[in-house]
This record gives sequence, C-alpha cells and structure tokens, in this order.
Amino acid sequence: MAYTTHPRHPDIDNDMWASIDEIIGRYRHKAGSVIATLRECQDVVGYLPPPLMDYIGRGLNLPPSDVYGVASFYALFSMEPKGRHTIRVCMGTACYVKGIKEVMSRIENAYNLEEGGTSADRRFSLEAVRCLGACGLAPVMVIGQDTHGDVQSDKVLDIIETYE
Amino acid sequence: MEKLTFEGLQQRQKALSEKAASAHVSQLLICGGTGCHATGSIKVIDAIREEIRKQGLTDKYEVVETGCNGFCAMGPILVVHPEGVFYQKLKADDVPTLVQEHLIDGKHVEKLLYKDPNTKKRIPLQDDIPFFSHQMPRVLRNKGLIDPESIDDYIRRDGYQGTAKALLEMAPEEIIAEVKTSGLRGRGGAGFPTGLKWEFASKSPSEVKFVLCNADEGDPGAFMDRSILEADPHAVIEGMIIAAKAINAHQGYVYARTEYPLAIKRLQKAIDDARAMGLMGENILGSGFDFELEIYQGAGAFVCGEETALMRSIEGKRGMPRPRPPFPAHKGLWEKPTILNNVESFANVAQIILNGGEWYASVGTEKSKGTKVFAISGDVNNIGLVEVPMGASLRGIVYDVGGGIPKKKKFKAVQLGGPSGGCIPEQYLDTPVDYDEIVKVGAIMGSGGVIVMDEDTCMVDMARFFMDFIQDESCGKCTPCREGTRRFLQLLEKICDGKGELADIDALEEMAVVIKETALCGLGQTAANPVLSTLRYFRDEYEAHVLEKRCPAKRCVNLLKFEVDPDKCTACGMCFKACPADAVIWKKKEKAVIDKEKCVKCLTCFAKCKFDAIN
Repeated sequence: MAYTTHPRHPDIDNDMWASIDEIIGRYRHKAGSVIATLRECQDVVGYLPPPLMDYIGRGLNLPPSDVYGVASFYALFSMEPKGRHTIRVCMGTACYVKGIKEVMSRIENAYNLEEGGTSADRRFSLEAVRCLGACGLAPVMVIGQDTHGDVQSDKVLDIIETYE
Repeated sequence: MEKLTFEGLQQRQKALSEKAASAHVSQLLICGGTGCHATGSIKVIDAIREEIRKQGLTDKYEVVETGCNGFCAMGPILVVHPEGVFYQKLKADDVPTLVQEHLIDGKHVEKLLYKDPNTKKRIPLQDDIPFFSHQMPRVLRNKGLIDPESIDDYIRRDGYQGTAKALLEMAPEEIIAEVKTSGLRGRGGAGFPTGLKWEFASKSPSEVKFVLCNADEGDPGAFMDRSILEADPHAVIEGMIIAAKAINAHQGYVYARTEYPLAIKRLQKAIDDARAMGLMGENILGSGFDFELEIYQGAGAFVCGEETALMRSIEGKRGMPRPRPPFPAHKGLWEKPTILNNVESFANVAQIILNGGEWYASVGTEKSKGTKVFAISGDVNNIGLVEVPMGASLRGIVYDVGGGIPKKKKFKAVQLGGPSGGCIPEQYLDTPVDYDEIVKVGAIMGSGGVIVMDEDTCMVDMARFFMDFIQDESCGKCTPCREGTRRFLQLLEKICDGKGELADIDALEEMAVVIKETALCGLGQTAANPVLSTLRYFRDEYEAHVLEKRCPAKRCVNLLKFEVDPDKCTACGMCFKACPADAVIWKKKEKAVIDKEKCVKCLTCFAKCKFDAIN
C-alpha cells in the first residue's frame, strides 16, 4: 500500500498529515532515520498514536514491529496524548538531594496526578525526567519551555497555577 | 564565504588579535549558559544593550553573550573584560545602576559583587574569588570569554591551529604518538587511554571508518559536556577532525542528548560556520583531507551512553548493548571500525597537538595526566563547573573551590561517578583525583559529576534512589541486570519501609557479586556500586533501618512518626505556615501538633523546622 493514503485519526488533521508526509519524504532514503522521523512526527501531533506508527513504518519501509520497538524503547516517545502543559520534574541526584521528592509529592497531591499521567481535563501532564544538567538551579522543574529553578515545595503550586 | 587555506587562517587569526588589541572597547561578558538563561540572563542582556544605547556608550562597550561561565550558583553573571570585575545574580532592574555607577562613574557596584560566605567580604575581581582561583582552565580555557556562536572569537584565541598542524604537518602515526605521550585517558569515566584506542582503529583495515563523539551525558548531576558544548563547541569539532585524520575516517557523528537543546543549537551553528569557512567538508584548509560531521539526537535512554548501544541507536534501532569483542575499533557503527570519545576528551585534543603531549602531561599524577572538569552540585555553596589538575584532593574541590556546606550543616559524603559510582565519606576526602586512587575507595572517576551530601541525606535512601534509576534504565537484554536490579530495588525499598531484616543486607552483598560478574555491559556490571559503597561506609545506617526501624537522617517516610517533640518545639509556627495539607495544629505561643489523619507525609515540616523537633 502506498504510504500516502492517510488513515483516519481524530487527533491528526490534514495539515498535520501534510507535515508528516514532508518529514517521511526527507528521511525515507536515509538509513537509521526512524528515531529522527518519530521525533519530528511527535512534535507535529503531540504523541504517537499506533496508526501513525504504522503509517511511518510503511513510509520508511520498515515492519510496524520495528517502529513500535524503537518508540517503546526510548523515553522521549509517548503513545498517550499529553496535557496542554507538560510539567517535567527533574529527578537528577542534585535535585533529589535538594528535596525534589517533596516537590513531586506536592504536585501529585494537588492535581491528583501520578508520575507519567495526565490530568482528566488535559491541563497538565506530569513527568519525572532524568537530570536536565541544570544542577546549579536544583531543585528544577520545567513547564513547557520554561525552566524554574530553586523550586521549593511550598512555592511550587503558585508557579504551576500561572499555567492555564 | 571564502574557504580558508592554511595561510588564510594565519592571516585571519593575526588580524583578529590585532584588532582586539588595538580596539579601546571593554567587553561585557554575560553568561548565556542553560543555567543563566533559566535565571533570566537574556532579559539582562537586552536591558544592558538598551541602556548602553541610551547612554551613548555603544562605541566603548561591547555586549557578548558567552557560554557557561561556570559559577552557576551565582547566575546571571556579568564579567567586565579585561579588568575582570565579577557581578552576580543580576536582574534587569539592576542594569541602570550598573551602567551608571560602573560604566559611567567608574566605581564598583558593591551590592552586586560576590560576597565570600566565610569572611563576609565583597570580592570585586573574578580571579580573586576562591571558586576561580583554585582552578586550572585548559579544556575550559575559552569559557565565559568568547561568544560560542562566533567562529572568529574562537580563531582569535588560537582556534583551528591544532587542526591546521595535524592536517598539514603531521602523519597519522605522529598524531597518535602525541596523544599517547600526553597520557590522555577517556574522560567519559572509564579512563581508557585515548591514544591507544585511536591506534587500534587506525590499524583496522577498512575504506570506511567513523569518529563518534559521546555527548549523551546521562549521569545525573553531570553537566560538564553540556557546558563545554555551550561554551566552546569548536574545540570539540577540532578534536574530532584531528581524530579523523589519525584513524583516516571521513565521517563523524555527535550523539547528543535531546535534553540539551541549547548545546545542540550552538554545536550545529559551529559546524555550519566551520563548513562555510572550509574548516569542515572537502579539502579542509587545502590539506586534501575531507571530514563531515553530523549531530544525532538521542531520545532519552541512559544506556545509550554505552558505546555499543550508542552505535545501535545511531543505526536507528533499540539502543541495546552487545557483547564485546569484536570491539568498536574493529567493528563498530554499521560494522565498520569506529572510535568513540567523550566531549571532554575531544576538547583536550587540539591543545595537545598545538602544545605537545609533554606539555599536557606536565600536570597530573603518574597515571592520570592533565586536568579534569567536574560539575559540583548538591549541598555545597559554590555550585558550578570546575576544572582542576589531576591529583587535586576531593577536600579541595568540596571546600576550597566549592566553598563548603551551606547552613552550617555537617558534611556526610560526596558522590562520584553517577549510578556506576559510589559515595566517599569524610575520612577519605584527601583522596586525590586520579582514576586508580578513586577506585580504591569504592567509587569511580566517572564523567565528572560531584554531588555533595550533608548530614540530612539518608544513605540507604540514596542507594534506593540510584537503584530506582538503574532498574528503570536497564535495557532488559541480559537477565542479571534486568532481574537483578529489580530485586535490588525491592530489597532496598523493603529496608526503607522498615520491613527489612539482617538477611536482606547479606542478600544485597551476595547479589552484588553475581551481577558484577555476569551482566552484559557496564551499566549492569557497575549497578551494585552505589549499594556496595554505602554499605561499606554507612552500614550503621542500614542497621538502624533494619534493627531499630529508624531512619537517622529522617528521610524515609515510613519510618517517621510525624510527631512533634514538645521538649524541642519552640512554638515558632514555621511548620504550620509551611504545611500544604493544614495538618499542623498551632496557635501563637502554643506548641505544634500534627494531625495524622490530614498529614500527607510530604516532609515539608521537617525541612522547615530549625529545631529538629519533628520525629
């Protein structure tokens, strides 16, 4: 089947499919490019629904199992939809020593979220991430593109509340 | 842009340094590393540019956004160059005062100067601040001094001279001999002699070979490589070109963590600029040597820092290690001879070629030469990036450079080498920084993360933390690592929950031997190190958890009572104000009580209580 027949998916509109086709077109003749393709497609859609992975597999001439194998191996890829804002809490050693555990439990309690989960209203996703290398600011939390340093458990909710 | 020849490079360098020497312009060097960006350095830069324009000072002062200055704890940082006055923790609001008082009136702005936490004195000059004065910058020689996005800034400071020498004046054997003389060992942590690695690959017969740079800096608490890439990306590129010439490779990849967007952006700009000037691509500097370099972004898997896993990942597969031999020097990426070196190793190479292996080896210990960059963080005053000669003591790093422990707390341990490393206690703090000496005290040099822990850190909880990390990052290919790390974690959680028995400690020690001897790759083989080193020095804490069901550092939630000791409570109300769950009952002049029904065990009150009154 030609890879240009788009499967139907509620979270992927025609503009997104056009971007996806452009990405696949750039990578389909380059060996070892499945990770880059998945990354760019995830940037377009927000996550990787299984029909999209099948489609990418057809485009790159790879069996779906290879694509799924790669997507499930790397922490960057998500097969679940994300919230409007992703809260990434740094779980590096420096942040741990400086009390990120308290920050994490405060967020979990306040929004009834679990690590790796998304709130029911899709406002926030909560992720525990590996060291962001900003240890000078520990404990560190990143919301979207904004890095917040020296996040103390009694202040963290004030910061999060500014994101609608 | 015109492609440079060897002569063209020399002329350009000369012209740039003459221009810099004759210009009567002071530079305002503002740190634009990831850390300072997050604390608002971009706003400061904009404000200064605007203020200088308003005051008509644009022909006297040049604003430069540099890479990481190193003193991350004090960001955003501004250094007035060449006089070297150091201003810290700047806000955009400080800018008018700074411009008026320093740039126009010519006096220091006292309140923005560094204040020594011990003597309480203000220190105006960067070189006089203990954090900087104990360092020896070689790899970091350009840090904070150049705009990392300007190739001319780099060329002015002898950039690409090492490449020119290697490509035009040296045979591959001579390059390898020079690197061997330098004694450079792999800065990723394992410490394998770099020259030897190159020699193996150079002798592998193949038309196609690869040079890889490992920028997948995954150890938590390590940010040396990120800072090098952000502050001086051309130094890494130079090292890779020279390595390519040594083994006769023409294609290279930098495997970089996707979590480091700024480092990737600056490295890409550096590669593009180098290519435009003829310092990359075909016929570099007219030498007839070709080399291409690409960045490959990882996707968040710690194990991809392992060399064979990293190569699998570049091939677009699940990043799982494979048994060695064959070693990558014979069969690496796409089954071709490949060398893989760490960012910091490559950043040393051009200096070695330019100044000679003997110059490099003049610093260091018998078996560890040169300098080492460390990222120091945790419970320490001067968090940041430091470079010290090999052989310096850990005590010097923690107390002289690091400035000691904040809040008058006691030192407990320093963690080296990330999840493969170990914790070193007070009695071994005089251990020199040396690959072999550090192994003797139960840790490893590692890539350079140094995490200082004070008395409030529970060592059993730290062992659990590292094991949680390792079992989560285990790729699952070999059974000892996949199952062993999970069993380790279960036992450690059991002990932290107060359900442990003495037999569990024995089981930990027994399993440590098995996993070390049977796991496939370095991740599994070293997985037990955090457990073994904490058991070695802090067995009493394990025993307190097991025998007395007590956590001496008050960190393990299930061993805490969440009760206020009325004898110690001073009725200050700090815990009441801090509690997120309204679980503290307190009124003015009355001692606090915790309502256990409402308590969410978040430990906030423990952190806030200054009188150690909560149990």
